[in-house]
Amino acid sequence: MSAHINHVVVVLQQVSLEEVPAKKLRLTKPSKSAALHIDLCKATSPTDALQYLLSFARRPVEAESVEGVVRILLEHYYKESDNSVRLKIASLLGLLSKTQGFAPDCIVDDAINTLNNEKSHQVLAQLLGTLLIIGTQLPDKIAVVQRLIDVACKHLSSTYFGVRNKCLQLLGCLGTVDKPLSKETDAGPGAQTSHVRDVQSVISDYFQDQDPRVRTAAIKAMLQLHERGMKIQQTIYNQACKLLSDDYEQVRSAAVQMVWVLSQLYPESIVPIPSSNEEIRLVDDSFGKICHMVSDGSWVVRVQAAKLLGSMHQVSPHFLEQTLDKKLMSDLRRKRTAHERAKELYASGEFSSGRRWADDAPKEKVDTSGVNLIDSGACGAFVHGLEDEMYEVRISAVEALCSLAQSSPSFAEKCLDFLVDMFNDEIEEVRLQSIHVLRQISTHITLREDQLDTVLAVLEDSSRDIREALHELLCYTNVSTKDCIQLALVELLKNLTKYPTDRNSVWKCLKFLGARHPTLVLPIVPELLSTHPYFDTPEPDMDDPAYIAVLVLVFNAAKSCPTMPALFSDHTFRHYAYLRDSLSHLVPHLRLPGRKQTASSGLEASGVGSGSLESAQNFLQDSLVRVSALQNLETPGAQDLLEFTIRDLLRLGELQTELAGSADFCATYLHCQLLLTKALQEKLWTMAVPLCLKQNAKVSTAARQILDETYKLEFLYSGLETQQIATIHNIRLQAKALQLILTARSKPGVDRVLGACEKFLQDVESFQRLFMTELPHFQDSFVEKLLELMPRLTTCKPLDLVKILQTTLRQSGFIHLKLPEQIHRASATIIEPTGESDNPLKFTTGLVVALDIDATLEHVQDPQTSVKVQVLYPDGQSHIIHPKPGDFRTPGPGRVRLITQVYLSHSAWTEACQIEVRLLLAYSSSSSKQSASKPAWNESMGGLPTSESCIESTIHLSKPVKVFIMPKPARR
Amino acid sequence: MPDIKVTPLGAGQDVGRSCILVSIGGKNIMLDCGMHMGYNDDRRFPDFSYITQNGRLTEFLDCVIISHFHLDHCGALPYMSEMVGYDGPIYMTHPTKAICPILLEDFRKITVDKKGETNFFTSQMIKDCMKKVVPLNLHQTVQVDEELEIKAYYAGHVLGAAMVQIKVGSESVVYTGDYNMTPDRHLGAAWIDKCRPDLLISESTYATTIRDSKRCRERDFLKKVHETVERGGKVLIPVFALGRAQELCILLETFWERMNLKAPIYFSTGLTEKANHYYKLFITWTNQKIRKTFVQRNMFEFKHIKAFDRSYADNPGPMVVFATPGMLHAGQSLLIFKKWAGNEKNMVIMPGYCVQGTVGHKILNGQKKLEMEGRATVIIGTLDVKLQVEYMSFSAHADAKGIMQLIRMAEPRNMLLVHGEAKKMEFLKDKIEQEFSISCYMPANGETTSIVTNPSVPVDISLNLLKREMALGGPLPDAKRPRTMHGTLIMKDNSLRLVSPEQALKELGLSEHQLRFTCRVQLHDPHSDNDTLGRIYTHLKSVLKTYSIQHVPDGTVIVESIVIKVTSSAEEPNLKVILLSWSYQDEELGSFLSTLLKKGLPS
Repeated sequence: MSAHINHVVVVLQQVSLEEVPAKKLRLTKPSKSAALHIDLCKATSPTDALQYLLSFARRPVEAESVEGVVRILLEHYYKESDNSVRLKIASLLGLLSKTQGFAPDCIVDDAINTLNNEKSHQVLAQLLGTLLIIGTQLPDKIAVVQRLIDVACKHLSSTYFGVRNKCLQLLGCLGTVDKPLSKETDAGPGAQTSHVRDVQSVISDYFQDQDPRVRTAAIKAMLQLHERGMKIQQTIYNQACKLLSDDYEQVRSAAVQMVWVLSQLYPESIVPIPSSNEEIRLVDDSFGKICHMVSDGSWVVRVQAAKLLGSMHQVSPHFLEQTLDKKLMSDLRRKRTAHERAKELYASGEFSSGRRWADDAPKEKVDTSGVNLIDSGACGAFVHGLEDEMYEVRISAVEALCSLAQSSPSFAEKCLDFLVDMFNDEIEEVRLQSIHVLRQISTHITLREDQLDTVLAVLEDSSRDIREALHELLCYTNVSTKDCIQLALVELLKNLTKYPTDRNSVWKCLKFLGARHPTLVLPIVPELLSTHPYFDTPEPDMDDPAYIAVLVLVFNAAKSCPTMPALFSDHTFRHYAYLRDSLSHLVPHLRLPGRKQTASSGLEASGVGSGSLESAQNFLQDSLVRVSALQNLETPGAQDLLEFTIRDLLRLGELQTELAGSADFCATYLHCQLLLTKALQEKLWTMAVPLCLKQNAKVSTAARQILDETYKLEFLYSGLETQQIATIHNIRLQAKALQLILTARSKPGVDRVLGACEKFLQDVESFQRLFMTELPHFQDSFVEKLLELMPRLTTCKPLDLVKILQTTLRQSGFIHLKLPEQIHRASATIIEPTGESDNPLKFTTGLVVALDIDATLEHVQDPQTSVKVQVLYPDGQSHIIHPKPGDFRTPGPGRVRLITQVYLSHSAWTEACQIEVRLLLAYSSSSSKQSASKPAWNESMGGLPTSESCIESTIHLSKPVKVFIMPKPARR
Repeated sequence: MPDIKVTPLGAGQDVGRSCILVSIGGKNIMLDCGMHMGYNDDRRFPDFSYITQNGRLTEFLDCVIISHFHLDHCGALPYMSEMVGYDGPIYMTHPTKAICPILLEDFRKITVDKKGETNFFTSQMIKDCMKKVVPLNLHQTVQVDEELEIKAYYAGHVLGAAMVQIKVGSESVVYTGDYNMTPDRHLGAAWIDKCRPDLLISESTYATTIRDSKRCRERDFLKKVHETVERGGKVLIPVFALGRAQELCILLETFWERMNLKAPIYFSTGLTEKANHYYKLFITWTNQKIRKTFVQRNMFEFKHIKAFDRSYADNPGPMVVFATPGMLHAGQSLLIFKKWAGNEKNMVIMPGYCVQGTVGHKILNGQKKLEMEGRATVIIGTLDVKLQVEYMSFSAHADAKGIMQLIRMAEPRNMLLVHGEAKKMEFLKDKIEQEFSISCYMPANGETTSIVTNPSVPVDISLNLLKREMALGGPLPDAKRPRTMHGTLIMKDNSLRLVSPEQALKELGLSEHQLRFTCRVQLHDPHSDNDTLGRIYTHLKSVLKTYSIQHVPDGTVIVESIVIKVTSSAEEPNLKVILLSWSYQDEELGSFLSTLLKKGLPS
């Protein structure tokens, strides 16, 4: 019998697969628990049962049937004698209680009951884990939580580590401070009076457990308490410190965190130093202890310690500076570090070092008793961390240095030498990170000449990332002397000749360098421009990037140094005018003598541009209000108003970069409306079908265009809210309806129309599903009317449907756009290739050539998946290339840099020709910004890979760049 | 008391000729078997006659362990095994086993072929000796025999250098060999777990030095080389074939790669090529960076470094040349030096220490004119030294801080320092004793140090007894707190067993003897005997809550196994005599009751 039922269930499932997905759920629901029950009854051996349970776990269960399933599982649990099956059932209970929409309080009692009779330790541990899950689902039910805590306390004395672990986890996740726990007293009847203890002391008892896993769990539970907002008592501190010297790395790792947490909670309390009478602040003490852990035997602990050090901002400067101090000695004589020597040499004015053998010979004798080889304090923690074997430790040490230096300028000054040293690390990531760090703290520091020298040496690095990071750093650096400026310029020019692709970056760097140090640049201007008081020097080549670089430096310095232009020669002024025009982002506006008029007018123009953000915003709002006053677009003049508004908005976007996104967005939307209205006003609707072919073409282009525009609206702009997206979808539906009507009119075949109708109805349904909450805003709109008619639409014939649509389209009103706070338009510019080259890129047919692409993207969401490169060959062939995720770098918020290579290949051409390269934004209308919620229940088991192939179409993101290529025929 | 005896035959308060004898738990182990660079007579090898006056060493030594391939740690090995005679196992790591014979062969060639010594070991002896070697892997526990086991840890220093833990029963010794606590460009840092040995034997070359960050040194080195090459000058780096040379190669190679430099780097051929081959093979022994990137590219397959040919020295343009030997006293490095010394654009970088009398030592001390010797020490002319001379120390020994760090990692109970100068050791010894409060020794060569150990004696315990004790005690056994338990220890046939008394009796075929204590307590009590007994009963009941107390109708109170009776003499009815009787097992409770009753009953 049971086999028969099972068979029926299977058949039903097969049938259901072919039905519409919505109905499938309803059919499988009763089968779920029933099938499980049958399977479990059928199972003859534990292995079978386990198999059934495993396969059961792969499919999700709906919230309504969870309880039934749980009952069945429990029933089998009591019958089952095999440990592994009970274990699996226990874990399933936990998984099930996580199901969304299911309140697990009804199974708490049963779950606790199962605990009482359980003998197997493993199953017990799993059951406690299940209780933990249930407990975390019901944080508000105090009675339940209290019961669970009691259970946990009772099982804390288990001999199996797993059970103790789970109990501690439970206490950590659910324990409360305000309600003291009564420690279970049934263990020894009458022996102890029941005394009341709180969670923290119960947990802290297990800091001394014999099993390291339990010790770890105890500390983790304590940390969990802290995360849940409970104040950890200070008494724990000593215990935690003892655990820092535990034999097991996971214990030490957790203990480091614990000590750190306490240091943040009680920074100012005073603790005694053992073996002396002195006392220090707790934060200093713990800082010292964590510093000590930077030289731990396990690198995991070292990484953690180094990371945590970075967040201890309250530590006293005295301790902080010790971390960079390592008393050097050689043969018991004090020795100065290379850093100190460099500094002294610099101070004494002699700039050379280490030419002699005994240069670093130790000087004064060290008092043997005074040398402390093993420092209890923070001595040299960072020196060790930065020299560590594992680069993970070094990176975290660098990050910690950064964070500490940002809060303490004096420390920043001190750690400079060490950071500069890290520029030489063997691993690129570390070098890069230290350059970034130095940039972040560069506001606090001024580089000395010898330090700058070391920094600049890295400019020759072959890695582009490193060089660009360094340019970025130089943009923010302060230097102390004019020699430094000269040194930097020389090195940057060297860089420019070695790597000509760095041009833009170097120029930008010099721009900031000049603007920052006008007074230092002033004395070297004649030298830089190679002017001479008596002689005329030859005019330099204006196209030389090195000369432009020098000019950029000088002009930016001249901006805040009015005396400088006096040193310029005639051609410099001419070059200025040229550069001001061609590289306006690098060359600032200067007040030059004899050029007052242009200067003042320019100033005015820029003043208008920058000062009137508010008025521009008002203007934008006003025009939108004006448009929204329109009720019916068919009234005469309304369309003119729309057209003017669109024109105004576009112009506004050009003038006011901050509002460009919003203005463009509105303009595009209004344009869509305008197109739609015009299309509906065409005469073709009254004409007979055969006559309207010509008009038809016009309207169908309009529909096509509206569709394109709506996709742009939806995917190109970021910062949209659901309401705007719904509005866009509304107009898209209108366009689709228009298309449908046209198809129906022009091609009388019923089959075709039938398919189109179904598709349209699906679109309407999905609109309803996605934007249910937004519907109230859509009064009198196309969609609203459509949804009202929906029951009728689903049943009627295609031709009737078309008729209904036609009338609805004409009747429906115009939805006004509400502008969200911030809208940004995604954009991209290809920096390289520039498209200026006249030399064709030659390669042999059949082989590939790599073309370097360098582009910046702005306000693109999720560029790794959406941005593609398109290559268009002259014969119309087009290739779309997906860049690797690693090719995208993020130099700043909202900005993404794409540096990639695309491979070109083609059959032989007779002469060189241009191909077009551009960036595309891929989108798919199905994956709209409302991300469909995934099933919460064990998503890992659902074998469906999220399809990346759902890209539907693309939007142009950048202007095309032309590249000259020449595939040559292969030589025999 | 058992003890561990340590006798250095070499390297006791001295550097060179490392050879340390350890006897632990009845086993004799020789740690390293090196030669002394400074001597050319008998003193260069350890005095093996200390171990045995005549004849072979095999019956005296259980094993020999070599920590790494430097000659001051393995140079005397063929002499010991083949000429003195030793057939037992020799342990060393795989890279050491691979590289060690190359160095030994080189050493033999110089001594026999160049200096013309006789009575020295032959190539065949080296081969025979190597056949006795058993290779070790890192962290692999090797059983030498049933009781003796050894385990190797990573030591940095040179490729394949290892620290060894030697363990017999619960006694253990760790010998560090030479080690380095700071990683370098090709090797990682030494590491050991918290093995808490009874004795840690550590080298102490840099006992009184705390070194600066190695990054500065590296940066200086690279900067100097870079500047010279940019100027169009030539750089000569005299090196010894193995160890530092590879580190410097990697350093320059990566720098060339990073900076996109084109100037050629050459490496003088010979020994080095063979050695580089082994470096390529033993990637697992190198540092994180090399290990992680070798899939893309083996770092020891140098792209910019090529083999040197004598004719290249006269090529124009910049170049960097590594040439042997390291002290510029002979060979190729001296030849190149003579060619380049005249040009101030050139540079020589000495990466290590130079012995007095060598050209290297002279130029480091700033000598500007050198007298060049011809074949038969005839001065044939002078050489002007115009090129720049730089000194750059790249040493791979742990400094004082590193040694302390290792002690903290291993947590030994005793410390013994070798491989260092006596004066410097003294300082470190004080520091260790002061900061770790453990005793520290520094024996001289031939001096024996014995360290008393307190080994734990393993005893088999019967499961029943253990379970019974578990049931009696609290909820959880606490590993940190000792607990007493009752049982019988049986020592039979070299085995120790702890069993319950019943089982012991049964096994040994003995009958049980009961031991009972009786005690009389006199008490003034006006009541009748029975009442007194009743009162005692209630009193005890109130005091001893958790014990089972019975009032038996025949006039006794029984507390657990203790019997209490009350009698009174006829003449004095008020003076009651309470009779207590208990067995030996209940001694504690019994004596408690007697003192309790002596205090009298509450009214």
